[in-house]
Amino acid sequence: MESSLHALGYENVYRVRVGKYLELFLEAENKEEATHQVEEMSRRLLSNPVIEDFSYSLQEAQL
Amino acid sequence: MKFGVIVFPGSNCDLDAFHLIRDILQQPVDYISHQTADLADCDAVILPGGFSYGDYLRSGAIARFSKIMPKVAEFAARGGLVLGICNGFQVLTEAGLLPGALYRNDSLQFRCQQVSVRVENSDTPFTNAASRGAVLKIPIAHGDGNYFAPPELLQQMEKNRQILFRYTDEKGKTRIDANPNGSLDQIAGVCNETGNVAGMMPHPERAGELILGSADGLFIFKSILNHFLSKEAVKHG
Repeated sequence: MESSLHALGYENVYRVRVGKYLELFLEAENKEEATHQVEEMSRRLLSNPVIEDFSYSLQEAQL
Repeated sequence: MKFGVIVFPGSNCDLDAFHLIRDILQQPVDYISHQTADLADCDAVILPGGFSYGDYLRSGAIARFSKIMPKVAEFAARGGLVLGICNGFQVLTEAGLLPGALYRNDSLQFRCQQVSVRVENSDTPFTNAASRGAVLKIPIAHGDGNYFAPPELLQQMEKNRQILFRYTDEKGKTRIDANPNGSLDQIAGVCNETGNVAGMMPHPERAGELILGSADGLFIFKSILNHFLSKEAVKHG
């Protein structure tokens, strides 16, 4: 990908990497509960802590 | 000695493992569904290669939560012998039953080829039939086989002699171009601290007969059998 970008003339681009982006909806009583659950599921399933980091943001949504 | 081969949705080396155990090693063997929570009376459990759950999320990440896995963990905690091959290795690292993790191959390509691996520790239930430094010809077939462990963990694993196999050339020399996937320190297989759970990326079940190009994979299965028989002999005096 990096070499493709360079070939397109974006020679100032470097350290190109691909990551994962996940979206999910969840129902929770409050933001604390939602935060707790998202942290937990990220650690247990969505990421592998040996080789991956994660960050997340929460947004209130209407069902 | 009774073997169990676990079948996940997407396992595809279960038949090869079953065939090798029944027809070549000539030991009783059963398939075990991922949906059961019973290892029956197995003396050793094989987690076969394949693409469990289509490798979604990460290889092995979903299978690691299947119904049978808590039983595998219990069995391992009691000292039971567990061998994960390829995808089975990935499942065991995801489950935390083996140290480290497997990244995408450094070439970013799926690698399907014959490789040479050197036996680094022959004093384990999985390698005792080979001698230390022996070079085994066994095929690989994977996209995510690039072994990684953080430096402190790797050091600890070295000290505990948990590295079972390294990729080498045919003469047993470690060379960068003999490393098919970028694995840290050319690591091809490891075991846990207590030595009863092992994982390897190469496929010994595909190298059990000369007609398949090599019978070196038999060493691993013979080792498991040796270990079991010597323990039984002690038990029954």
